[in-house]
Amino acid sequence: MFGIFASIVDGLLIGTVYGMAAMGLTLIWGVMNVVNLTHGAMIVFGMFALYLIGDWLGISPYAIVPPVAVIGFGAGVLIYWLSVHRMIGRPPLMSLLSTFAVNLVLIGLGTDLWGTKLFNIEVSLPGLSYGGYTFPGTHLMAAALTGIIAVLLFLFLDKTRSGKAIRAVAGNRVAAELVGIPTTRVLALAFGLGVALACVSGALIATMFPFTVLSGSSYQLKSFVVTILGGLGNPAGALLGGIALGLIEGLATPFMPVSWTTVIEFVVFVLVLIAFPRGLFNFTFRRS
Amino acid sequence: MNRLFRFAAAALLLAAPAVLASSAKAQDSITIGFTTSQTGALNVDSLAQLRGFEMWRDDVNAAGGIKVGGKPYMVKFVSYDDQSQGARVQQLYTQLIVQDKAQFLFSPYSSGLAATAAVISEQYGALMITAGAAEAKTYELGNKYLFQLYTPADNYLTGALQAIKLKKPGATIALVYSDDPFSKAVAIATREQAKTMGFKIVLDESYPPDQTDFSAIINKIVSAKPDALLGGGHYPDGATLTRQIHDQKAGIKWVTLLVAPDSAQFATLGASAVGVSVPSQWAPQVKYKSNYGPSSESFAQRFKAKYNTDSDYHSAGGYGAGLLFQHAIEQAGSVDPAKVAAALDTTNITTLFGPCKFSTDPASHGLQLVHQMVLTQWQMKGGQLVKEVIWPLAASSAPILYPIH
Repeated sequence: MFGIFASIVDGLLIGTVYGMAAMGLTLIWGVMNVVNLTHGAMIVFGMFALYLIGDWLGISPYAIVPPVAVIGFGAGVLIYWLSVHRMIGRPPLMSLLSTFAVNLVLIGLGTDLWGTKLFNIEVSLPGLSYGGYTFPGTHLMAAALTGIIAVLLFLFLDKTRSGKAIRAVAGNRVAAELVGIPTTRVLALAFGLGVALACVSGALIATMFPFTVLSGSSYQLKSFVVTILGGLGNPAGALLGGIALGLIEGLATPFMPVSWTTVIEFVVFVLVLIAFPRGLFNFTFRRS
Repeated sequence: MNRLFRFAAAALLLAAPAVLASSAKAQDSITIGFTTSQTGALNVDSLAQLRGFEMWRDDVNAAGGIKVGGKPYMVKFVSYDDQSQGARVQQLYTQLIVQDKAQFLFSPYSSGLAATAAVISEQYGALMITAGAAEAKTYELGNKYLFQLYTPADNYLTGALQAIKLKKPGATIALVYSDDPFSKAVAIATREQAKTMGFKIVLDESYPPDQTDFSAIINKIVSAKPDALLGGGHYPDGATLTRQIHDQKAGIKWVTLLVAPDSAQFATLGASAVGVSVPSQWAPQVKYKSNYGPSSESFAQRFKAKYNTDSDYHSAGGYGAGLLFQHAIEQAGSVDPAKVAAALDTTNITTLFGPCKFSTDPASHGLQLVHQMVLTQWQMKGGQLVKEVIWPLAASSAPILYPIH
């Protein structure tokens, strides 16, 4: 019986990290209507940034999370200027192809540098054990940090001038421009923020599981499912969508073969698309 | 004088291609075609296999080539990146046979890709040795030009079951494996063998090959309370499963996983790797009395010197596959594929990779009959993780570590 409870808790813990990855994807969509297909590659970028900086400085991986966020933000702004800026306002397929091309370049470069061999970051953090079941310290820490980062993101979007500018541009870019908001810079800021979230989620995943250059695609796919569950363009919904996905995984696994969880996830995905096309948690800041 | 010089220069230029062509003709060659997974999920093991192929080619060419009726043939490779994808394999093997005119073929890495390549090679009657492909089903389809180097998947976990039986007869087993053709083939055979040997299977479950989180599966394993865990699949999933078994303190007394723990990179898992065992087609410590080609010891040393990394069964298999072609071509005294295939049918040799003999029964033609596997286990020696051969006992380099937790 406790095994079922343990599975649900594990699902919720990992679900928060799925949620953070999806927050980055949905933030970019919400502000500029761009499906960022570099998302998986940037999750991997976060994993490798954590590994390489940790290897170089030899300090706790959690101390490296803030620098990873900063590097991720910088990389995001760069990608925005290189491949997204000229596609804003054009048909969605243009930005889709453009970000897909950058994704291929990044994965190709990564494969050339490191192959697809496995990397592992050893983290010694005590977990919580009960009745033979253990919740690893890395999972608990990742969920806690995700919670803190989500609160910081909402405070930023809700309370700061830049955050309000992002919300204004998401609501109506022309009106925002008319009241003097430098919308191009705001778009770059939002893209950088979205990529930083992807990188940080990648870094936290790297503390929990070994990874390769190709690990991003699975998490990118999960991010899309989470984004649909939470509602496109809705960061708060994405976090809840992630938790919902984790809950589905945790609830389903004790009662059926693990292979079936993917089937269930995608059945839910299709049902939500049909019944709730705006997502299950439709309290978006995007007034469209 | 000036006109004469210009005339002579023009004549030389015109004659150059003919001179070059005749010098190229003087040295005949054998072309072997194959694809490797330079990119994609199978990159690690496939590149190890490629290094084995290349080392064999370099050794053969340095020794003056393969002698056919007293005439030396240099070995040439034509290869492409299959991106670890079956669709690319289908396209590229057709290209290798039709456009590149490859006389012989090596298979791509993994059972799934090799099965795809075999459809094409048989269609064109091209001779292919499969390396890095253990699934037996491919050889039960009536193929005539396909020959298997590896021990078939059915016997992958037999050694692990025998080792467990020695340490704990009647142990309970969790069979948790990847949902791919190779791992499923291993699981089907292991299920039957475990029952025959008196083990009780308390959990029998597959997971998708791209599974990233094993928390829920490990909770199921903890609930089932097995003594041993057998299964796994390929590289990323096996390594993640190992790390999470350790992180979640699953307390299993024995863990044998397919493929992943064989890689030297597995040692990066640190404490999680201790005690984890892997069935291996070959290990550097195994001392087969090779009657054709170099010894396994010499191969392992020279491989390390050449590539600055340890050899594993994928690289040794690559070299072994090359030796098989070399032996068969020499025996046939011809590069005619039909004659070389006939020579492979009668092959019965021991190379550094171990003994080799193929089935000639039409129902299972080309299936490997005599190659044997070993079981290796990661053990801590002087603060360093090392891989030791623990089964069969006659070939072991260290005692079995049981229980591992």
